[in-house]
Amino acid sequence: MEFAQSLRLILPEEILSIGGLVLLLAAAWLGDKASRAISIASVALLVAAAAVTVPTLSGGAMGPDTQAFLGQFRADAFAAYAKLLIYVSGAAALMIAPRFFEQFRAMRAEYPVLLVFAVLGTGIMVSAGDLMTLYIGLEMNSLAAYVLASFLRVDNRSAEAGLKYFVLGALASGILLYGMSLTYGFTGTTSFAGIHAALTGQLSTGALFGVILVLAGLAFKISAVPFHMWTPDVYEGAPTPVTMFFSTAPKVAAIALTMRVALEAFGNQADAWRQVVVFAALASIVVGALGAIGQSNIKRLLAYSSINNVGFILVGLATATQAGASAMLVYLAIYVMMSIGSFVAVLMLRDAESNQIESIASMAGLSRTRPLLGWCLLVMMLSLAGIPPLFGFWGKLVVFRAAVDADMIALATLAIVGSVISAYYYLMVCKTMFFDEPADQVKGASDWAHWALLLIATLFNSPLGYLLTGWFDNLAGKASAALFLAA
Amino acid sequence: MIQVLAFYLFATLAILSAVLVIMSRNPVHSVLWLILAFFNAAGLMVLAGAEFIAMLLVIVYVGAVAVLFLFVVMMLDIDFAELRAGFVRNFPLGMLIALVLLAELVFGIGAWRAGSIDLAPAGATEAAPMAASNIAAIGQVLYGKYLFLFESAGIILLVAMVGAIVLTHRDRKDTRPQNISKQNRRRPQDATVNMRPEIGEGVQL
Repeated sequence: MEFAQSLRLILPEEILSIGGLVLLLAAAWLGDKASRAISIASVALLVAAAAVTVPTLSGGAMGPDTQAFLGQFRADAFAAYAKLLIYVSGAAALMIAPRFFEQFRAMRAEYPVLLVFAVLGTGIMVSAGDLMTLYIGLEMNSLAAYVLASFLRVDNRSAEAGLKYFVLGALASGILLYGMSLTYGFTGTTSFAGIHAALTGQLSTGALFGVILVLAGLAFKISAVPFHMWTPDVYEGAPTPVTMFFSTAPKVAAIALTMRVALEAFGNQADAWRQVVVFAALASIVVGALGAIGQSNIKRLLAYSSINNVGFILVGLATATQAGASAMLVYLAIYVMMSIGSFVAVLMLRDAESNQIESIASMAGLSRTRPLLGWCLLVMMLSLAGIPPLFGFWGKLVVFRAAVDADMIALATLAIVGSVISAYYYLMVCKTMFFDEPADQVKGASDWAHWALLLIATLFNSPLGYLLTGWFDNLAGKASAALFLAA
Repeated sequence: MIQVLAFYLFATLAILSAVLVIMSRNPVHSVLWLILAFFNAAGLMVLAGAEFIAMLLVIVYVGAVAVLFLFVVMMLDIDFAELRAGFVRNFPLGMLIALVLLAELVFGIGAWRAGSIDLAPAGATEAAPMAASNIAAIGQVLYGKYLFLFESAGIILLVAMVGAIVLTHRDRKDTRPQNISKQNRRRPQDATVNMRPEIGEGVQL
């Protein structure tokens, strides 16, 4: 009975894993000719998985009924919220990929299959109720991600990105495992609920080391300062659709995982980890803002921008309140749409020979040569900067409001100062596009999937996005309530 | 009684072959002695009632690791005599490292015995003893309680395998694989030509 119940709860994971295996067989037999068809089938799998996840979120599922396999796996509203964001970004990465890889003749049938497994791993991460589930999901996602980063074999930068990601990812896994073994040694259990119960009162030094090392390992995965060094190189070197995937799905999963570990497993020791999170948040905001200023490559700039955004999201975590968690979830959703939009726009920058353009200088005068693309990028940049009429502002607002409500006014003030610094480089990109002499390099046409995704993301980030605020607040509220039920 | 005898047999042989691993001149012999040491360690594990670990030792260490060593030793052109040349010179350093390790062991066990390491409450990480043999017990845990994690770990291995193939496999146009059915279809008259060469003229091919 218990077993059947568990199998029902992991239905999205079953769909993805069985579907992924079938598609792997299809890839082996049909070969690379069928990669477009397999991509479409993979998107269909993600849609199916999303369809069975939606009721969990809208029903606000929480409590013991959502625990599968003796609490190792949680299928609650919080996991469902994160999973829906992951499925959206996975589907976007699948839709934009064929066109990109075909220009290098590098589209292979394994790309969609590996992406499905990466999404499966991220889904397991956000549903983890146990340190072992956490690690299994993390490794499944990471292994697929290392391969995806070096998927473009004709490009040396891609191989370099894959290798760097692999070495630093292995280091992060080592730190995480060391922290997990200390935590297990000092609490005697690997389940989050058990750790929560065991870590009450005064924290022993060993357990403190465990908590800090686990959070440091997770900080690697969300590329929070001081564990961000790999991000610009990997984002620049990886193929652009893969970079878009990296900046969305694994990041959502790692942040959701960090929330679950910090607020649920280590929820009784918020004072112990709060200063670490505050430091990581402020350092990410500052390093992300200052590091981006000197960049001439748009992908590197967006990498620093993602470090910067992680800082703002961590401000919500530092509050350790339900309002803070809810604000983080709203910010995450907006961040995903901003990332999808800006990377799709970068993907559409092609010259006459349909080579990718990545330097900011060659985007000069884009508003006159390619007005629609220029305006869409403008919306993305200003939204990332958090300038009021656009939807990106709302994300920052809710996070800062949660920080102020939790009496962390100094943190919120410093974060706002960092946000002003970061506005500088977003505005520099806009200035290059709108006021510089046209470099007239962007020529190539884009296919409808790119345009559709870009326009959806632009509409979402435009002031029209505010129509969704009530809906988002409701969903994020349900999700964070599920997170705080145990804590 | 027989257990005591077996213990001393395995223990002596294990130490003996371990010493021979570092003493033998030929590296291939070293690896073979290493395999013997693993087998004796496996015997000790069986005596201790840990038959699963004994089997792991044989399968993983002997079956995979030692054979891999053997390949490396045989395929790499390393002058082991030269590597060994500084043995007497480096002996004090080796002894020093051995002493440090010994001291760490003594301190670690001493601190644990003195009870000054603040670990979880006694028995918290200890599994309840099962009536079954430990292979059956591990099987029950792996395919029962941890089924989900076990199956997910399988997918991780699959992803790693697919990834390794994706990154290294290339469709090469310049290879000429053997096509047996094509070879069998070929008739003698396609392959041979009857020539009638004139003397001193050479042949046209």
